[in-house]
Amino acid sequence: MSVLVVTEQAGGKWHRMSFECLAAGQAAAGAMGCPLAALVAGSGVGDLAADLSAKQVSEVIALDDPVLGTYSPDGFAEALRQAVEQIQPRLVLFPHTYQVRDLAPKLAASLGRAFVSDAVGIRFERDGPVFVRQLFQGKLHGDVVVDGPPPYFASVQSGAFRADSVVDGEAPASVRFLDLALAPSMVRTSSEPPFQDAKDAVDLGSADIIVSVGRGIQDPANIPQAQALATALGGELAASRPICDNGWLPLDRQIGSSGQTVSPNLYLALGISGAIQHVVGMKGAKTIVAVNKDRGAPIFEIADYGVVADLFEIVPALVKARGEVE
Amino acid sequence: MNIFVCVKQVMARDSVLRPNETGTWAVDDGVSFEMNEPDTFALEEALRLKERHGGEVVAITAGPARSASTLREALAKGADRAIHVEGNRYVESDAYATAQALAAAIRREPHDLVLTGLQSDDAGFGQTGVILAELLELPHATIIMEIDASGGQLRCKRELEAGWFQTITLPRPALLTIQSGINKVRYATLMGIKRARRKPFRRYSPDELGIGEPVHQRVRSLYQPRQSKQTEFLEGSSQEVAAKLLNKLRFEARVL
Ligand SMILES: Cc1cc2nc3c(=O)[nH]c(=O)nc-3n(C[C@H](O)[C@H](O)[C@H](O)COP(=O)(O)OP(=O)(O)OC[C@H]3O[C@@H](n4cnc5c(N)ncnc54)[C@H](O)[C@@H]3O)c2cc1C
Ligand SMILES: Nc1ncnc2c1ncn2[C@@H]1O[C@H](COP(=O)(O)O)[C@@H](O)[C@H]1O
Repeated sequence: MSVLVVTEQAGGKWHRMSFECLAAGQAAAGAMGCPLAALVAGSGVGDLAADLSAKQVSEVIALDDPVLGTYSPDGFAEALRQAVEQIQPRLVLFPHTYQVRDLAPKLAASLGRAFVSDAVGIRFERDGPVFVRQLFQGKLHGDVVVDGPPPYFASVQSGAFRADSVVDGEAPASVRFLDLALAPSMVRTSSEPPFQDAKDAVDLGSADIIVSVGRGIQDPANIPQAQALATALGGELAASRPICDNGWLPLDRQIGSSGQTVSPNLYLALGISGAIQHVVGMKGAKTIVAVNKDRGAPIFEIADYGVVADLFEIVPALVKARGEVE
Repeated sequence: MNIFVCVKQVMARDSVLRPNETGTWAVDDGVSFEMNEPDTFALEEALRLKERHGGEVVAITAGPARSASTLREALAKGADRAIHVEGNRYVESDAYATAQALAAAIRREPHDLVLTGLQSDDAGFGQTGVILAELLELPHATIIMEIDASGGQLRCKRELEAGWFQTITLPRPALLTIQSGINKVRYATLMGIKRARRKPFRRYSPDELGIGEPVHQRVRSLYQPRQSKQTEFLEGSSQEVAAKLLNKLRFEARVL
């Protein structure tokens, strides 16, 4: 019984998390002492399958069918269901992408199995894998076990495994194209090509210093206080999603999985709890400062400097102190 | 349109959390509860669709006795009826078992549209809606930011990663999981709260719905996260903290 890694691509281009998941798969196969298969699904995926076969995997599985030309939950869940039944893996790993959120629960449920979503770690014990998940918005972590027989389905969180730790193979692995029984009529939904609402007006990606506000700012009337600090530090103002959802700052200032990804020298998080969807957008910052009144806020797990306090006391003091230095 | 909207009661956002004795969930004595925030957006969307297209909004939850108050809140905001699948098992239950309970109740009635939030603030599976669609044999779309139900089909704006979107078309009936921020949620009025008392409220036990206790995944132990970085905490008066921090950023981190 093997480990099966399900990669993700769109239009012939890899999703970057595919290789993080492959790293997780290589570690899992090593720990379980079993073969590793890497799967790619789509239409015309020969080149992508060749990319995978250069990695240290036992084999590459290609699901190649016109029905898989564009993503649909019906088409992909059915194709993967057929693949899982043919391959009979012990563990099936996905990257925790939006597409996997849309797909994997359906696939696992169609087989009457559990799907452990967004794991930050996997351990292997005699009875089976133990997955580490964030609960309560990251305030607590839990060891999660799955009851019943394999296959076990799980997805791995962005950044939990390193794509650059994927090991290349000594010789190209063989590619197996599976026979699938798919028909266009199985797909009940249709999708149009992706679009962007507004071209990013501010490119926060090149900012050196970012002062970012979260829901701790409490009221749009308080935004100027954060702006004053950003100005005093010579940085840009950014925000967590709820601030942009509320229209307190424009959408192009949102940091996170559905906004921009930044890696400034300094990221100052004011009243941001540190949910993973925010953290993936800023954890590449060189120095992270968090100001939060809750010592248990997950943002402190990744902060270099932490201030447990009311931001409305710290921010004016910082603006003042900065003025005195200059 | 018969719209079902799934709402979950969770511990309030600012609750101080610590693991319970069995290490399977957080201690909830003395904690206050609220409607899972993403579900408030799903409820609001259901109410708006009803206002535009007519029909009925049914709020449904699977949860212990206390979660009736979250259904009352949904009724006060404008839902027409509520369904409560009542059981303590739904406090720590996995997404599959929850979806099974919701499916068993929804299946008994005509449904054109089922809405859920994207994710619960406590368990955070991000799965219940999609599993529910599978159990009800409905097509689904997730992370929805806009719904156009004016035609025979549903045209929805689905959020993709990094600021991209796409339009998805689905036949009805269908299930959609709603992204936070899709709308501005309303508050319950005093009038609404009064009216809610007279609205139909159906309670089911899992037995009545013929569902067992399927456990697929469970938390074996719950603990405080481990630090991934060595955080230096700065203490003192605001002035002292500000001075220390600027100093560290200039001379230690060298980022100012
Ligand atoms: C699919 C998906 C995509 C998402 N995409 C994104 C994204 O791109 N970006 C994003 O940011 N989020 C995103 N989210 C939402 C994310 O999960 C969190 O809900 C969000 O990041 C929380 O924002 P927050 O930290 O500002 O608010 P909260 O989680 O409410 O945190 C507020 C914090 O402020 C603190 N606080 C309150 N008052 C004060 C005060 N006076 N002084 C100091 N501290 C105070 C509190 O202790 C708390 O920690 C996404 C979610 C999903 C499911
Ligand atoms: N016990 C429950 N009762 C009603 N709806 C629920 C319940 N659990 C989850 N949901 C719905 O499913 C969504 C996703 O939850 P989850 O899969 O736990 O992240 C939530 O936003 C709710 O709309």
